[in-house]
Amino acid sequence: MPETTPSFFYNMVFGIYPYIAVSVLVLGSILRYDRDQYSWKTSSSQLLRGKGMRVGSNLFHIGIILLFFTHLVGLLTPEGVYHLVITTPHKQILAMIGGGILGGITFIGLTMLLVRRMTDKRIRATSKFSDILLLWLLYIQLILGLTTIFFSAQHLDGSSMVALANWAQHIVTFQSGAAGYIVNESWVFKAHIFLGLTIFLIFPFTRLVHMLSAPVKYLWRPGYQIVRRRGKGY
Amino acid sequence: MKIRAQIGMVLNLDKCIGCHTCSVTCKNVWTSRAGVEYAWFNNVETKPGVGYPRDWENQNKWNGGWMRLGNGKLRPKIGGKFRVLAKLFANPDLPEIDDYYEPFTFEYDRLQKAPEVKTPPTARMHSALTGEIMEKAEWGPNWEEILGGEFSKRSQDYNFRQMEKEIYGQFENTFMMYLPRLCEHCLNPACVAACPSGAIYKREEDGIVLIDQEKCRGWRMCVSACPYKKIYFNWESGKSEKCTFCYPRIEAGDPTVCSETCVGRIRYLGVVLYDADRIEEAASAEDVEDLYQAQCDIFLDPNDPEVIAQARKDGVPDSWLQAAKDSPVYKMAMEWKIAFPLHPEYRTLPMVWYVPPLSPIQSAFEDGRMAGDGVIPDVRDLRIPVKYLANMLTGGKEEPVVQALERMIAMREFMRGKTVEGVSNTDILTRVGLDENTLDDMYRVMALANYEDRFVIPTNHREYAGKTVFDNEIAFENRSACGFSFGNGCGDDGQTRINLFGTPTHKNTMSGKIRKPGQ
Repeated sequence: MPETTPSFFYNMVFGIYPYIAVSVLVLGSILRYDRDQYSWKTSSSQLLRGKGMRVGSNLFHIGIILLFFTHLVGLLTPEGVYHLVITTPHKQILAMIGGGILGGITFIGLTMLLVRRMTDKRIRATSKFSDILLLWLLYIQLILGLTTIFFSAQHLDGSSMVALANWAQHIVTFQSGAAGYIVNESWVFKAHIFLGLTIFLIFPFTRLVHMLSAPVKYLWRPGYQIVRRRGKGY
Repeated sequence: MKIRAQIGMVLNLDKCIGCHTCSVTCKNVWTSRAGVEYAWFNNVETKPGVGYPRDWENQNKWNGGWMRLGNGKLRPKIGGKFRVLAKLFANPDLPEIDDYYEPFTFEYDRLQKAPEVKTPPTARMHSALTGEIMEKAEWGPNWEEILGGEFSKRSQDYNFRQMEKEIYGQFENTFMMYLPRLCEHCLNPACVAACPSGAIYKREEDGIVLIDQEKCRGWRMCVSACPYKKIYFNWESGKSEKCTFCYPRIEAGDPTVCSETCVGRIRYLGVVLYDADRIEEAASAEDVEDLYQAQCDIFLDPNDPEVIAQARKDGVPDSWLQAAKDSPVYKMAMEWKIAFPLHPEYRTLPMVWYVPPLSPIQSAFEDGRMAGDGVIPDVRDLRIPVKYLANMLTGGKEEPVVQALERMIAMREFMRGKTVEGVSNTDILTRVGLDENTLDDMYRVMALANYEDRFVIPTNHREYAGKTVFDNEIAFENRSACGFSFGNGCGDDGQTRINLFGTPTHKNTMSGKIRKPGQ
């Protein structure tokens, strides 16, 4: 049950906004893929400056991919399921330590990439507005995420974690009253969620779309060569 | 047996004068856009030299091409599929733009608008990346032009391997040659194999290797995998681009722009038939010295009735079979054995071949006499070391190069005798395994090099697009279709404009308009 009835504002931001953000993400991505695939790319700048990429980009990507999937599992696994293997307080400690390590790895990588983008003349001059905006948003989001660890440490019973998971599960299962779970939580969780949703919102308009094209299929491609006949696809 | 046809190219280096017309016309047509200012789909290098990008031939450094594993299988030298994916976040084998050169423009405006000054106004150099003033260029597509730079640097040339190179640094032993380079449109392309998006493909009907600009995601593994470094990453569009073999022209039966405009008439285009089922076998020959022969072995004789019958069955049109019979490429590579692939040891089975250049006779200069048997001089006395050419063209095997050079010398001697002295000395020809009819043909194709002998290009058949030979519907659907354009170019009247998704504009950054940060 929701702990408090949320105000109009809270309901807008945590009840309605998630659907707007995800809708824009899905429809925007479909539209871009269909209408303007030429712009669908990683936007790698390694050619212009390779320095710092090996450590920075690897740490960032590995860290953030793992963070994404651990968030997914952590938030969306129903209480009844994870209780089979772990108690709620233990799960919170696991999340804090695991998140802390992954967040730390991502932080080092993202700091390096951000410094590179802001200070390297070539990279700065050839960056689009969205490239710079995106890095800063991710940086703020990461710092907010890391800050939540200190807030979580103040109550180790897992109550915040359960509330946030309830919110997420209500959203993805289209149940009303999701925003109610957020109202009494600390500002840092609220800011982290809001910014996260905003990143979903701008997703189709940035280079983030390249993650949808992660070329895992390559591993199953039969052989190495591709021969195409003219006219196929017309 | 599965027969495919490919349009191949031969460059007669003996006639290349290093004028760069090919490079410039190619640049004007294909790469005069933002993001590819630094890219030259065709460039001409002076050898010996380390080339463009720096040291491209050295695969210990760049990991291009294929490697043969202990079990005889091939895998890209940059790594198998897992390894390729592991390199996506930061590719350790990617050249930096400085390995090519930092693109620039000149402040042309200044020449017209400078206030009154004591010295003539100059147009300074500005980086096309940052807009900042550049004091000097550090490298370029023809940086070592006519042996520019010190021998100590140029001699890092990979083709000097297994050679005592020091003596070639001495003035009286120095040698040079030009090497025009473009995409090899390989039979076993490493770029195709390394592209995780599957955006690069080889066209079945003419063998041209292309990058689907819509499907390319900019993972940039192809740049590393190509041992010739002929795939360029467009830093503006974030997509890889390469030589298209001017496919819109080839389809219409016209030669590529580089070939059409070659003033030395060194370029040849023609059809080669090959057995696609034996590509892997040919590319995985154990000894690199056997790779040249292995590639020749999968080329098929266009006059063999069995080959013709099978080719028809495999869908090669009759006009292509006729073109294969008249192909100057097949003649030079297979009948006369005077053209060779560039670096077969990369195991990509390249399809742009080279006729090695003749050079002055060294010992004649030194002791006033000709070495050899008095008729044909010893090609080992040529100024360009045979080993150097062999390292470049046959994986180090000297005999085929020696034979080719001897045949070219014999052609000169014979024709000189015939036209100046009026004597047909067939003795010379027998010595190099030629007869007079073959020589006449060689002379016509190589020395006279008329347009119709150099370019035997069948037009691309529309029926390729459909199931049957007379599939008019395909042609009907394609009528007034979009030509060569980017992204939604056609939908927007051929103009690419900035939109919500940030489509690249490809505006010209070499026009003298200095880039301002943030633009």
